[in-house]
Amino acid sequence: MNIIIPIKQVPETSNVKMDPETGTMIREGVESIINPLDLYAIEIGIQLKEEHGGKVTVITMGPPKAEKALKEAIAMGCDDGILISDRKFAGSDTWSTAYVLGEAIKKIGNYDLILAGERATDGDTGQVGPNIAAYLNLTLGTYISRIDEVTSDSIVVERLLEEGYEKLQMPLPSLITVVKEISYPRLPTLRGKQKARMTDLPLLTASDMELEEELLGLNGSPTRVVKIESPKVTRGGTIITAKDEDMLEESVDKLIEFLKSKEII
Amino acid sequence: MEYRNIWTMAETHEGRLKDVSYELLSRGRALADKLEEHLVSVVIGNDVDKEQINELILRGADKVLVVESENLNDFIVENYSNLVVDLIQKRKPNIILAAATANGRTFMPHVAMRLHTGLTADCTELDIEKETKNLLQTRPAIGGNILATIKTPNHRPQMATVRPKSSKPLETDESRTGEVEIIEFDESLVDGRVKKLASEYSKDSGLNIHGADIVVAGGKGMKKGENFAILKELADKLGGVIGASRDAVDRGWAVYPQQVGLSGKTVTPKLYIAVGISGAIQHLAGMKTSEIIISINIDPEAEIFKVSDFGIVGDLFEVVPLLNKKLQEEVK
Repeated sequence: MNIIIPIKQVPETSNVKMDPETGTMIREGVESIINPLDLYAIEIGIQLKEEHGGKVTVITMGPPKAEKALKEAIAMGCDDGILISDRKFAGSDTWSTAYVLGEAIKKIGNYDLILAGERATDGDTGQVGPNIAAYLNLTLGTYISRIDEVTSDSIVVERLLEEGYEKLQMPLPSLITVVKEISYPRLPTLRGKQKARMTDLPLLTASDMELEEELLGLNGSPTRVVKIESPKVTRGGTIITAKDEDMLEESVDKLIEFLKSKEII
Repeated sequence: MEYRNIWTMAETHEGRLKDVSYELLSRGRALADKLEEHLVSVVIGNDVDKEQINELILRGADKVLVVESENLNDFIVENYSNLVVDLIQKRKPNIILAAATANGRTFMPHVAMRLHTGLTADCTELDIEKETKNLLQTRPAIGGNILATIKTPNHRPQMATVRPKSSKPLETDESRTGEVEIIEFDESLVDGRVKKLASEYSKDSGLNIHGADIVVAGGKGMKKGENFAILKELADKLGGVIGASRDAVDRGWAVYPQQVGLSGKTVTPKLYIAVGISGAIQHLAGMKTSEIIISINIDPEAEIFKVSDFGIVGDLFEVVPLLNKKLQEEVK
């Protein structure tokens, strides 16, 4: 079973700081990591390879430094990595990104399954996975929480939605996006890290693929960012300290009053 | 043909319209009035409740398009996408809004890709740009650290998914009238490659934290899974459901569908009660757009208090049982 996993390098959001003047993220000194939600796709991809054979190829579209994300995925156990990078891709929205990734996947070829994380923790759209499936006319399963069965030409998966779970039978090749519940990502091993260091990462640029120039980058993107703001987060609510029994009583009474004032009770 | 009118994609589950279908109409109504265009609700499903379809008109739609078929009983994205693409190509709507739910966030990008148009995910605000009449779509990104406003200037339709619970349905207006048009479903649009084999929908909606008005969430401070019983009691008294932080889910005290935060769900309930949750940035990303936030935590420095409308610094094992007891007396 040959698997392709598109991943994204994202800023480590737990340490994210915003510039209060401009409202934009301060990227300096912020570490770049593999999108945490992609790790579940990488893990289940490696498990499927271990069980059914084949190989796992990770791909990423981004600046040259995104190579680090590919190396990390190889250190976990993926076989190959391909960097898709070109200045022409700068400013791509989800449509343009999926267009390039879709063409890259076509170029790589010979795959049974595309695995993707549910969404990236920076852009938070969850659109690129479904976009790629639509572009390549691959059947799509989203929010997959379990793989129940794999045969030579089909896969049975469980999909998580608001009301519960659904079991879907999908042909191969298909594209699935996975949620955290599907796996527990392993850590890179020392041997894996050595292998990653030795592995060459081929580079795919715009001219290596059959791309229409006017569909690339900012110019090829249907959406435009009009403005970016930092929302006010602090609410400055009433905080009561229940340091003794009287205060405990009082704080709970005040809370009930608060609930009443908001017409909750 | 010019692209005109606003469509909202009603969402069905087992023949019933979900609440979010009406929430989308209140968003759509405001846009339709500004643009002086019609508001159309599109219902896709099988044997959908007729009274509910009429309610779409009473709650703001000028027209309802109903597409029903046994083949549309299950959400199979390829079928939905084929159908919606076909409808869009024939009728050319200007704006399409759908719910930012598992299904909405699946078929909308599928459709947008095929039509080569822009789609903005999980919007919390929508407006019309005065000069250009373009749709302005505002959404949180980077774990809620920024609010980005996005538009699709040169492609049509303009598409957005809208965060459930981020707006309220309009009151029903019995004087409203509108047409319900039944659209024949062309069976050639059935893709047939993917089959739904089974489903396991939770009987009580307890795991549907997206759809709940009140979420009572527990974190690491709960100390063990059994202690969630006091939260359950509180949630039951308020008519809410149980949510959890990543810590609590990773420890097995709650299940993944209950997880709120960056690697779980984003919720916007009327009331969010955070108990024993410190408020890591990843958790805040999943709940800070809640209308009212109440927190109970032993640590006065906990980040969660900064985003709270009301907080109690104290031992949750004292505060919550006392709150439950007093709420019980209130009911009497």
